[in-house]
Amino acid sequence: MATVTYDNATRIYPGADGPSVDKLNIDIQDGEFLVLVGPSGSGKSTALRMLAGLEEVNEGRILIGDRDVTNLSPKDRDVAMVFQNYALYPHMSVADNMGFALKIAGVSKTEIRSRVEEAAKILDLTQYLDRKPKALSGGQRQRVAMGRAIVRSPQVFLMDEPLSNLDAKLRVQTRTQIASLQRRLGVTTVYVTHDQVEAMTMGDRVAVLKDGILQQLDTPRRMYDHPNNVFVAGFIGSPAMNLLEEPIRDGGVQLGSIVHPVEQSKLAKAEKTAIVGIRPEDLEPTTEGGIPVEVDVVEELGADAYIYGRTTVGNQPGDTQLAGSDDEKQIVARVDGRNVPDKGQTIHFKPKGQGDHLHLFNPESGERIES
Amino acid sequence: MALDITTARPWPALLDLPWRLPLEEWPEDRLAALPRGISRHVVRFVRLEGRVVAIKEIKDDIARREYAMLRMLRRLDQPAVEPIGVVSGRLTRDGEPLDACLLTRHLQFSLPYRAMLSQSLRPETATRLIDALAVLLVRLHLVGFWWGDVSLSNALFKRSAGEFSAYLVDAETGELQDRLSNGQREHDLDIARVNIAGELMDLQAGGYVDEDLDPIEVSDRIIQRYTVLWTELTEVERFDLGERWRVDERIRRLNALGFDVGELDITTDFDGATIQIQPKIVDAGHHSRRLLRLTGLDVEDNQARRLLNDLDSYRAAHDRQNDDEEQVAHDWLMQVYEPVTRTAPPEMRRKIEPAELFHEVLEHRWYMSEAAKRDFPIEEAARDYIAKVLPSKPDDSAVVGVDTAEMPVRART
Repeated sequence: MATVTYDNATRIYPGADGPSVDKLNIDIQDGEFLVLVGPSGSGKSTALRMLAGLEEVNEGRILIGDRDVTNLSPKDRDVAMVFQNYALYPHMSVADNMGFALKIAGVSKTEIRSRVEEAAKILDLTQYLDRKPKALSGGQRQRVAMGRAIVRSPQVFLMDEPLSNLDAKLRVQTRTQIASLQRRLGVTTVYVTHDQVEAMTMGDRVAVLKDGILQQLDTPRRMYDHPNNVFVAGFIGSPAMNLLEEPIRDGGVQLGSIVHPVEQSKLAKAEKTAIVGIRPEDLEPTTEGGIPVEVDVVEELGADAYIYGRTTVGNQPGDTQLAGSDDEKQIVARVDGRNVPDKGQTIHFKPKGQGDHLHLFNPESGERIES
Repeated sequence: MALDITTARPWPALLDLPWRLPLEEWPEDRLAALPRGISRHVVRFVRLEGRVVAIKEIKDDIARREYAMLRMLRRLDQPAVEPIGVVSGRLTRDGEPLDACLLTRHLQFSLPYRAMLSQSLRPETATRLIDALAVLLVRLHLVGFWWGDVSLSNALFKRSAGEFSAYLVDAETGELQDRLSNGQREHDLDIARVNIAGELMDLQAGGYVDEDLDPIEVSDRIIQRYTVLWTELTEVERFDLGERWRVDERIRRLNALGFDVGELDITTDFDGATIQIQPKIVDAGHHSRRLLRLTGLDVEDNQARRLLNDLDSYRAAHDRQNDDEEQVAHDWLMQVYEPVTRTAPPEMRRKIEPAELFHEVLEHRWYMSEAAKRDFPIEEAARDYIAKVLPSKPDDSAVVGVDTAEMPVRART
């Protein structure tokens, strides 16, 4: 087990305009589950592959523990890439399926047996060790495949979108399995996904990347409550945070017909306008004016419902995924499932509380405005 | 959602297949054979208008990605199975969605490694399969293909005049890049080694290969063969200006390995006393391209080498060294190759490819000559081979999709 350090690690592909991974700095704790997440082209897979030794590091260093592995070949790094596409061999016992790679590595028979038994205990496979894979259920077979990686007892596990070839149901199941298994094993793990829900549910900490640059490195909770910039605000959370560019007024920010209060210390740092971020669950219907929303779609979830609608208030920043036409902006709000408006109806929303459920970002830089 | 069939060429017969059933439940009369054993995906073979189609049930996005990747590999002239199309938007009769299907054309006369190993009595078969896989891996790496799941199972093998040629059949994990890093190549090699060892250990556990075959030793061979080949194809060589013959020498060595040199980088240092050469573009198929140009025959490279050798003997025997090469090749084709390959009765022809038959006849003639201590004309050798050897040969074209893990194995003699 070990810590992992990205120290200004940079990858520049020959002929590319800019770095694919730009001066990445991350300190991963011993035993931590770190998720690298971002859209395609964000550099998340490249970052993982740099750690695995599959991509060159052009500048900076990568350390595992105290060891500088920047120029080591993959097999000398003591890391294991975990695949979901391990083959299971029908004529070999479960124990041999788990342990045969150690035989190739020259590990002694008794050592192999003890490592396999240990892994089987963790994976609940002890009673099946002498059976053939055919006798196992689908989920058990999946665990045998994981066993193959575990018995290697590497210092770091690396996983690159391991769930991408599973269907939705098995995905959720396996996600939970991997996360709990990692916690039991306590092996430092770096996990890549494009799916922010996967990132938020699995990681001890999450690193959001975009265009090769680390946007934020935080716990899931902190990431959700305190996004550092507009990109993270829009990327983390589902449905996404509402983002509207609004004028700054005395004592607050203009939201339709009302001025919603904002701390003076924040307002002092804002320009004429700011991008206001409000999560769907932080909006509430109001009769006192606010953001008028024409309801397009109502998604009923039982206890709650999501309202998808349009507003003519404010400017929506160009790079959010929900950007609609020029003068109409998309709004998502969560409402009480027992009190749901009709399609086509126009209702007004305002943020809950007194400015504490509202995020402000600089419209030029996209950075969070702090008090 | 409507059924969506994406194909390079329209093939209406595809519509007749029972897409509303999960692949696992397709009626046996539709299938070419029923492969069993554990695989990550359900795969079935279907006979359709005289062709054998391999169908793999996988998620839509993965099927499309693999389809595009296989098309790209074919465009790059790499030995890979031919993709036919993707069928998506499948629903059961109850309206439940089903995974998409990737369709590829089954490679004629090719066999999975399990069939090759269990058919063969020769102990070196395993190492020849590995050699073929090493060539395939080097070729793929040269064009920037990072396989990610190299194994004997993910390739198919064709006989090629005493050796094998390997074809890629599973590109699910592959990626195409401008150039692979050393780490990526090493990673593929490491995966190959572990997978090969596992596959051989499995066959051994099932009693399908001999106990004295050492899976670990055999699997190590992929690294040795790959390294030798990669070095020869890519290494920078330096020598004195006076040793210019070494340029030709390098090209000849590459030709002998079956590669043409498309571009050779030659540089001299400052004072021009030393030369540095490095192949920049190399193309596999040196012999098969030459034979194709001379005769129109399209065969595996090692088969082509064998045929070209026979063509050379023909030329010498008929004292036609000064004649136009293409004219001689045409005569050889008409007088030797075609009569020999046509000697086999039609019902036996599907057992073996014509070029492979020709190679076998040449081998057979050598054994006949050894035994009788005299020369035999090839026509006689062909008749003898077809009467005595060919009838007992397994039918390569019929092994398609058979549950090879359960195929009986003959004991070694």
